[in-house]
Amino acid sequence: MAATTQIKQLRIATRNCGFIDPESLDDYIALRGYEALAKVLTMTPAEVVEVIKTSGLRGRGGGGFPTGVKWGIALSNKADQKYMVCNADEGDPGAFMDRAVLEGDPHSVVEAMAIGGYAIGATLGAVYIRAEYPLAIKRLRLAIDDARAMGLLGKNIFGSGFDFDIEIKYGAGAFVCGEETALIRSMEGHRGEPVSKPPFPAQSGYWNKPTIVNNVETFANIPAIILKGADWFSSIGTATSKGTKVFALAGKIVNVGLVEVPMGTPLREVIFDIGGGCPDGKEFKAVQTGGPSGGALAHKDLDVAIDYESLIARKSMMGSGGMVVMDEDDCMVSVAKFFLDFTMDETCGKCTPCRIGSKRLYEILDKITKGHGTHADLARLKSLCEAIKDTALCGLGQTMPNPILSTMDTFAGEYEAHVTQKKCPAHVCTAMLTYTIDAAKCTGCTLCTKVCPVDCITGTKKQPHVIDASKCIKCGACYDKCKFDSVIKL
Amino acid sequence: MSMLTVTIDGKITTVPAGSTILDAAKKLDVDIPTLCYLNLEDLRINNKGASCRICVVEVEGRRNLAPACATPASDNMVVKTNTLRVLNARKTVLELLLSDHPKDCLVCAKSGECELQNLAEKFGIRESPYDGGEMSHYRKDISTSIIRDMDKCIMCRRCETMCNDVQTCGVLSGVNRGFSAVVAPAFEMNLADTVCTNCGQCVAVCPVGALVEHDHTWEVVDALANPDKVVIVQTAPAVRSALGEDLGIAPGTSVTGKMAAALRRLGFDHVFDTDFAADLTIMEEGSEFLDRLTRHLNGDQTAKLPILTSCCPGWVKFFEHNFPDMLDVPSTAKSPQQMFGAIAKSYYAEILGIPREKLVVVSVMPCLAKKYECARPEFAVDGNPDVDIVISTRELARLIKRMNIDFAGLPDEDFDNPLGESTGAAPIFGVTGGVIEAALRTAYELATGETLQKLEFEDLRGMDGVKVATVQVGPHALRIGVAHGLGNARKLLERVRAGEAFHAIEVMACPGGCIGGGGQPYHHGDIELLKLRTKVLYDEDAGKPLRKSHQNPYIIELYEKFLGKPLSEKSHHLLHTHYFKRQRL
Repeated sequence: MAATTQIKQLRIATRNCGFIDPESLDDYIALRGYEALAKVLTMTPAEVVEVIKTSGLRGRGGGGFPTGVKWGIALSNKADQKYMVCNADEGDPGAFMDRAVLEGDPHSVVEAMAIGGYAIGATLGAVYIRAEYPLAIKRLRLAIDDARAMGLLGKNIFGSGFDFDIEIKYGAGAFVCGEETALIRSMEGHRGEPVSKPPFPAQSGYWNKPTIVNNVETFANIPAIILKGADWFSSIGTATSKGTKVFALAGKIVNVGLVEVPMGTPLREVIFDIGGGCPDGKEFKAVQTGGPSGGALAHKDLDVAIDYESLIARKSMMGSGGMVVMDEDDCMVSVAKFFLDFTMDETCGKCTPCRIGSKRLYEILDKITKGHGTHADLARLKSLCEAIKDTALCGLGQTMPNPILSTMDTFAGEYEAHVTQKKCPAHVCTAMLTYTIDAAKCTGCTLCTKVCPVDCITGTKKQPHVIDASKCIKCGACYDKCKFDSVIKL
Repeated sequence: MSMLTVTIDGKITTVPAGSTILDAAKKLDVDIPTLCYLNLEDLRINNKGASCRICVVEVEGRRNLAPACATPASDNMVVKTNTLRVLNARKTVLELLLSDHPKDCLVCAKSGECELQNLAEKFGIRESPYDGGEMSHYRKDISTSIIRDMDKCIMCRRCETMCNDVQTCGVLSGVNRGFSAVVAPAFEMNLADTVCTNCGQCVAVCPVGALVEHDHTWEVVDALANPDKVVIVQTAPAVRSALGEDLGIAPGTSVTGKMAAALRRLGFDHVFDTDFAADLTIMEEGSEFLDRLTRHLNGDQTAKLPILTSCCPGWVKFFEHNFPDMLDVPSTAKSPQQMFGAIAKSYYAEILGIPREKLVVVSVMPCLAKKYECARPEFAVDGNPDVDIVISTRELARLIKRMNIDFAGLPDEDFDNPLGESTGAAPIFGVTGGVIEAALRTAYELATGETLQKLEFEDLRGMDGVKVATVQVGPHALRIGVAHGLGNARKLLERVRAGEAFHAIEVMACPGGCIGGGGQPYHHGDIELLKLRTKVLYDEDAGKPLRKSHQNPYIIELYEKFLGKPLSEKSHHLLHTHYFKRQRL
């Protein structure tokens, strides 16, 4: 089995994680560290950009914009100062690939930023990292200091005349600061809010200078591409999505953690062959990809070859690579509500659709899960989602409706049941839940009466018991306690 | 400059590169609704947030809708502004805004002037599909000048642009996230406890009723109805340039005579003019300038130059907070409003033979900071303020309507004397450059003993944020600086602090001067209104038989009978003040 798993995984971005001492520059160098930077310094910036373009590498932070194209724009924009920024403001619930790279192989990012700096003509770099990542910050700081001491950062790197240095900027944990324009505003000391594009940061970004913002995982791929060549990298993956992607498996899955697989790997392989499927023999129901900006994929999507386009076609997205697995016990309306709760809390409040729209979407979902929803609410939900996608200022707002739209699409019956029958098929929405006792199974052991906090279960010993629904607070204590599966949820 | 061809709703136009879709639409007379957008190019006021999303349009080849106000036009761009998709999106945005906005239009200070209300009407919104949804709730903040009711805030951020980018006061900024996001001072302090200068530019641009003036009209009504009081009124120069706009008179029309008539109809016992006090200010400030200049040239180290004008209470509070090391630089002369109050409650009360407590002095000002100024403790005698009540131009218009006065049908009347006479030097106090121009007219003649041939100092006029000119006064080439808008004032003051030599500097806190004050009728982003008001005041100056403050016969009489001479002990006591160091936060 181990052998199979190894074949399914292909580690490029996380190639060194776990194999080297992340606090040792020597370890990194021993595995060809900084060789890519040395090689790049013998090339012209345009040649470097061309290699990245040819490799087909696309942004791993969410949008999937071709990295080489982005660099090319910054290269062609003449300015007295340009900036290379690393976005380490990882914020999707359950996602931690950037943290793993920074904690496990910080030099790969430092080296890649220097390569990028050379390619676009930037002499200064900055890593925007959330302050909640203390170990990543410590190791990154150490890596920068060691690299500087070794002459791999700073003035006249490798005697080439190229100067490049990196500073660390701390984020305060605002999800929206992962959006590149908000990130730049935050780095400048302003309130972390996105600004209208264009102009794009590659034209006018940090302090109004051409700025490239790339994600940690994107950077981690760069040295490997330089060393092994664009053709090698582009031979991996699908027609439009090259290389590998790191996914963070979370939720109802046996093997929780990070996995790096070639683009185009079927979802089924990731969830079942690598992830081991759902625990406790429960049936797989859905997987949320792309975090709060993505959507839920179901059984029918399991054989989809994962890449940027195939996910978008299914109303989801790659995002930063979060995969939250749901099983039969999960209510998809509640899942959508969970993600809306997150975005409602994390929207900066700048633009109307996101600030107020998120609240209203949440309220409608809340109404549905409480058993008060109507068909008019479903229609309102959908039209509001479409309007927000169309009008919100930044990616956060534009993708916020995705969890709702995708679940409404794939699990329409579940929404319908909530609204028409006032029932939650997964028995999650307590407002619509009734606990009863199956008289045929009940042995009259009386355990349930002892745990019931409101004394709503009555019955004599060895006789079937009864729950008084009018008093029941739906705490589920009897359900959990019963040894004979006689307490049932309706 | 390269030109771009843009098609909007089937109509084709060309615009210079750098133009937005909205610019192109304006050129084609295609009316795209806006809410957060504010762009007064001549004054470099630009709210770039693109946050309200009302102006979204369909752009061919673009996935989502584009905000017309912030999206650069590109060559051969095809735009549609009125498709079902666009209209539905705008309607949804409006419904969302209204779902978090109090429906108290009946008692809202902004009713009838509210840009959100206008849009709701335009889109025929009759009910909100989100009724029953939660509304955000914030504490009301009431300062002497401004009322902040953030329940009504729509996060357009225009106030923030004014407070930070234009005025550089840095009081207002977005705080909190998401649904709880709101514009507030740091630590959500009360405005009165902050470095707020009360300039009211936030109020001037707020599209809704979230920021409004602190209305004092009922205090005026009460005073007028009190038989035990003698109630007199003064009106600032800029008021007459704009009052008509709120009363059905075409913008750019001088309503000085009708205003005097209306004030008399309202029941004021004597209708006076701040212009009189403006002439008095020139006598004191001009003399102080000549005194400081002479002493300075004679090597007196205590005589500091440049002299800074001190007419503007927003500016005064601004330098008290931001330039506490330079408090000996501004003129010690009180503002015209406060000079008027001090003279009214001494000289004029004596003429009437009544105690100062029996006299109520009401000011009509284009300004909200004047409300704060009159309440400063140093401008009171034994707790009785020199000026009792200040109302803004907008409030006066409101009062005139409330009292059933047919403003347009009123005859032109004159102000009362002795505190109603003024020269042409006074009305231009309401425009940027006007105070220093008025001062130079008098300083020139006092210093040289010659008659000034050309009264208009063209170099000091106009909308440039900072103007610098050298003016020859006798043997002296005087370097004069003029700034309007506190951000421009800060730049100029930084230059002074860095050692650049000026002899005199005029500052007005509001862009354009008092004609653009926070208490003026709302300009709704139309810069033409400010230009028309400017013209009214320059025309009034040009039409006066006397145009130099020292020629005002009632000023001459005031000095002869009461004050003695400029800078006399009595003048110092009544007409000059001092400044306080204030904290930066």
